[in-house]
Amino acid sequence: MGAFFHRHRGLTPYLLLAPGILWLGIFFLIPLAFLGYESLQSGLFPNFEFTWEFSNFSDALSLYHEQLVRSFFYAGIATVACLLLAYPLAYWIAFRAGPWRNLFLLVIVAPFFVTYLVRTLAWLNILANEGPVVGFLQWAHVLGENDRLLATTFAVVAGITYNFFPFMALPLYVSLEQIDPRLLEAAKDLYASSTKAFLRVTLPLSAPGIVAGTLLTFIPAAGDFINAALLGTPKQAMIGNVIQAKFLESLDYPTAAALSFILMGMILVALLVYARVVGTEKLTG
Amino acid sequence: MSVQTPAVPLARARRRAGLWTLVKRHVLAAYALLVVGYLMLPIVVVILFSFNAPKGRFNFIWQGFTLDNWTHWDAILGIRPAIITSLEVALLATLVATALGTLMAMAIVRHHFVGRSTTNLLVFLPMSTPEIVLGASLLTLFLNTTAVFQLGFWTIFIAHVMFIISFVVVTVKARLIGFDRHLEEAAMDLGANELVTFRKVTLPLIAPAMLAAALLGFALSIDDFVITYLNAGATQTFPVFVWGIARVAVPPQVNVVASAIFLVAIALGLGNVFSQYRAAKRQRQGA
Repeated sequence: MGAFFHRHRGLTPYLLLAPGILWLGIFFLIPLAFLGYESLQSGLFPNFEFTWEFSNFSDALSLYHEQLVRSFFYAGIATVACLLLAYPLAYWIAFRAGPWRNLFLLVIVAPFFVTYLVRTLAWLNILANEGPVVGFLQWAHVLGENDRLLATTFAVVAGITYNFFPFMALPLYVSLEQIDPRLLEAAKDLYASSTKAFLRVTLPLSAPGIVAGTLLTFIPAAGDFINAALLGTPKQAMIGNVIQAKFLESLDYPTAAALSFILMGMILVALLVYARVVGTEKLTG
Repeated sequence: MSVQTPAVPLARARRRAGLWTLVKRHVLAAYALLVVGYLMLPIVVVILFSFNAPKGRFNFIWQGFTLDNWTHWDAILGIRPAIITSLEVALLATLVATALGTLMAMAIVRHHFVGRSTTNLLVFLPMSTPEIVLGASLLTLFLNTTAVFQLGFWTIFIAHVMFIISFVVVTVKARLIGFDRHLEEAAMDLGANELVTFRKVTLPLIAPAMLAAALLGFALSIDDFVITYLNAGATQTFPVFVWGIARVAVPPQVNVVASAIFLVAIALGLGNVFSQYRAAKRQRQGA
């Protein structure tokens, strides 16, 4: 066997790759092709026919544009909220936490150790009408007597923010942690105020983390349906809820497939716009 | 220095500046700790309500402390088989994905070959596709090939290996890039062939990265809901079980299982933090 490898050195990488590539090819790429095939079919379950039914796409868009826009809107707000919550925390851990750094990193990822659905259900307890948060907000007159938090847009966005927070915080921490403290000292030596040093040195150097965190948070958030299903009502339904229901409840595979492609396409467009704004180099590293 | 200078106003100004930085520093620390509190709150709620003794069907409001839920964790119909399925899928999928992903990482880091950047793209794509699309596309494959694939345990397994592989490749790649290849050359110079070198030199050196990748894969697998739900058919993993029962009323036993998973994971994490802390201390003392 060793002799075989010696004689065919050029083959080695392909032999190493083969099993993994095959798995990803058969169970990732080919399914995408099937999804495309399905999205152009017409008919009713279980008798679908391939008819180049491009109207599936336009019909899906005109029927569900509201949920699509809502998904991107919620994902956008949640991403910004994650950034505002995570940046100071990541900064504090990177520069101030000293030997406790790794412990606080564990704290950041700790929510991932609680089953996704269960940690989302925990927000039901926290935001419940009889719960402490609603009680406090009513006492402080932020909420009226009959107002509630559950089954509102706020609850859904808050749930998304919480669930994808680590995706934002970890890349932020990694990029902040790599900043050489001597650069900040140099800025101070050159009479930069600490605000200016932050804006001109720390913030630009942490940009790769902001970019990575934004993508890692936004993409899964736009496709999420669990938060809207558990913490919201049909009025907060996102595109993920529609796709899921079409596949598993109304068995309307062509529409579901078309919607999946539209979601992917819109994320791609969002990525391109984002790349235009922040610069391509930062996006691809 | 400041003790020797008699200029009182200067010292006062400096003290005031010190006070200001003190306040600033504490504002940041306070904000950071508030965020930590926000991250911990639902976890505390999950664990707390695993000890609740709910009066009705709903486990929303604190009624009283009990250990019954922990001693009778499998009193709910279907919870035990769901957990067993979750563990079986996670173990099998992690094993297979770690093996396939490690081989891929070795090829990508070690070799220059035609199609290298395409391979990198193929690895990156599943990670940047929304889960609902991954799950939906796999489901259409299975629905169109019912002669080969019936939804159930094995389709869940296939799906999990698919989405874990990329994470394994990324994790192991990071380790391989910082790998000293002279060690392997030395082994070859001493007469070891490729396979012996791999077994005796390469494997032990990348084993920690493989373990890290496997732990990550296991965690991803046991927590996955979206892809699993779409491709599970009638088979239930723990998250699918929770989804089903959440439409009726979530019993405290669900909190018990989630708390147990959390405690095991956090114990592993703390062990890791502690060993890193000790290693860093040893290094400082050595230097």
